[in-house]
Amino acid sequence: MSLIDPLVRAPAPAADVLIRAAHVLDPRERIDGLHDVLVRGGEIARLGEPGSLDAPDGCEVVDGTGRHLFPAFVDPHVHLRVPGQEHKEDLATGTRAAAAGGYCTVVAMPNTSPVTDSTSILRSLRDAALRDARIPVGFMPAITVGLMGEELTEMAELRAQGALGFTDDGKPVVAAGMLRKALQYQRLCGGVLALHEEDPSLSGKGAMHEGTVSAQLGIAGIPSISESTLVARDCAIAGYEGGRVHMQHLSAIESVDAIRAAKAAGVQVTCEASPHHLTLTHEAVRTMDTRMKMNPPLRTEADRQALIAGLKDGTIDCIATDHAPHAKDEKEVPFEQAPMGTTGIETAFAAVYTDLVLPGVLDLALVVEKLTVGGSLLDLPLPRIAAGAPANLVLLDLAAEFEVGAEGYFSRSENCCFAGRTLRSRVLLTIAAGSVAHRDAARLAPTTEATA
Amino acid sequence: MKHLLSIEDLDRATIERICDRAASFATGADREIKKVPALRGHTVLNLFYEASTRTRSSFELAAKRLSADVVNFAASGSSVEKGESLKDTVLTLSAHRPDAIVIRTPWAGSAELISGWTDAAIVNAGDGKHEHPTQALLDVYTLRHRVGDLAGAKIWIVGDVLHSRVARSNILAFQKMGAEVTVCGPPTLIPRGIEAMGCEVRYTLDDLPDADVVYALRMQNERMDQAWIPSLREYATVYQINDRRLLPRQVLMHPGPVNRGVELSGGVVDSPQAAILEQVQAGVVVRMAVLYEVLAGARASAPATPEPQPA
Repeated sequence: MSLIDPLVRAPAPAADVLIRAAHVLDPRERIDGLHDVLVRGGEIARLGEPGSLDAPDGCEVVDGTGRHLFPAFVDPHVHLRVPGQEHKEDLATGTRAAAAGGYCTVVAMPNTSPVTDSTSILRSLRDAALRDARIPVGFMPAITVGLMGEELTEMAELRAQGALGFTDDGKPVVAAGMLRKALQYQRLCGGVLALHEEDPSLSGKGAMHEGTVSAQLGIAGIPSISESTLVARDCAIAGYEGGRVHMQHLSAIESVDAIRAAKAAGVQVTCEASPHHLTLTHEAVRTMDTRMKMNPPLRTEADRQALIAGLKDGTIDCIATDHAPHAKDEKEVPFEQAPMGTTGIETAFAAVYTDLVLPGVLDLALVVEKLTVGGSLLDLPLPRIAAGAPANLVLLDLAAEFEVGAEGYFSRSENCCFAGRTLRSRVLLTIAAGSVAHRDAARLAPTTEATA
Repeated sequence: MKHLLSIEDLDRATIERICDRAASFATGADREIKKVPALRGHTVLNLFYEASTRTRSSFELAAKRLSADVVNFAASGSSVEKGESLKDTVLTLSAHRPDAIVIRTPWAGSAELISGWTDAAIVNAGDGKHEHPTQALLDVYTLRHRVGDLAGAKIWIVGDVLHSRVARSNILAFQKMGAEVTVCGPPTLIPRGIEAMGCEVRYTLDDLPDADVVYALRMQNERMDQAWIPSLREYATVYQINDRRLLPRQVLMHPGPVNRGVELSGGVVDSPQAAILEQVQAGVVVRMAVLYEVLAGARASAPATPEPQPA
């Protein structure tokens, strides 16, 4: 019933670009080979054999030789910190960082200050995005007022004002009865409910995964059952009400099993996993580096393997970053005092590519599919490489290496769990909703028509 | 050794070297003039974010007996209460150029964290529920005097292991000295996964007679608020070390302060098996050895140490 476009961004000129002889990969369109791709007026005008397309007057030509062109990525789960926490991130820096990571769309969470739980805040956010957002942003207001879990937000009005869906992300909807009411209201107003699954009576004051590492460090643990019991409970409620739910940032093997069972039973549930949960374990917390502190926490190798298996068998629908910027001084404290969260929107593909695709754990095509499908789970259109589609494209050099953080970040914050790691692949060009949103001019070295 | 951050960082040889040096300081402690000039001109800063009488005064005595200057910085009544961050506090205090900072905080990893912010040698006097390495060193020192070589010794650590930094440091230290460690306590107070540290886990005292050493942990009343255990009375019934449970051949230890009638009966505290006061005495000489190790150990031999040291 959403009456207006849920995605907003600042006006930007339509792109006119010819990308020559790139390796184009769009698994859903069954494209996997060398092509020329011509973008005219922000739309994909033509695909052709390599070297077959000519650049019209005024059209930039980019040499795609040795490079890969994918549909640009879509992240259904980022924290842009507006309103109220602009010292961590804002719409301009967050979407700039997203563009640098190869994203054409991001969905912002409502755990802002004040909480995004009213039409007036949603409207002001959309106005700000019209000014500041480099790529289209969707907003998910809160399920409950103030994320307090006690009363529903005005879901129908919020939807009419462009709410993409609803979430209390950062907190669970603790009371089963409250979630049930929200799912009943979903019949009126639509909009997927995205759920942060954590039973606070089990997670308590935990700061990391409960297991062998937390036992030795003496840091209070967050047990896996804190997540999985709520996943199972909420799948049951969603199944009973016939509602649609999306489980955020799965971390535990038991949660993957619960989703698999719920899907088999016909529950309309989707879910996501983060690049850090797919590549790191609680062993990374041994140094008590606060960049490794996030919620849900990094868990065991068995959990990590379960997430990978879940991606492969379709239990896990998409990869989402949960990009969670925090100011340097907020993270420069003892581990137990530090806020939860890692940035990740600039490194998502590179981390997954380096740690999972290069070693042969995941197919490149599967990773591209999982990084692009997230918006469609919230009813947004899929980015496609097809004539007539809006240009949502990312051009990468998969052979390039870079040290994370060595050249700084586009994000306002630098709390990246991959900091210092040397990762493979570099985003050279991102076109989002028909406009160039990121260009790595130094590495791109664009060719001219004359030399083409 | 630049810092003492955790027992995990130490090998057996280092633990023995510190204990040997502590023993040499102990012979001096019996003299009329207890002070040695080893750290004259050095400044030791005690930075305590938690209330602590015995550990802080033990460090203070240790530094003074080595002729170091001592500054005590307690978190209460200081800039910390005005909202200063740990980093800013450490940077500010470091501007006074202390040679060593002895730090206790309620947060795991804080000693290691501040070692990156200052040139001073850092001694961990307790970081949250993580480690309390000088306690473990003084416990090893005490046991070397009581039972000699710890190789093959069976040591039971009994009580609230979940919230105990003493337990974590001692599991590591006792194992490095060759002992076999068993932890025992209420299932709600034994952390899941602790067996990965190489210790055995028991929930009853049925096999306590196997132990050569019984190390009781302090049962803190505040734990009752969170319902970790049904009652202190029941805890005492199931887990108290008392005359009935403690054998004459066993050594009894406790990090203090003791709750008589809870984790220990009054009788065993006063029994010949108890090494509790020896632990307190060991505290000063072991902390002298630690301060000496981090401030002078790398470049000179201890004045009171008989064996030759590398230059």
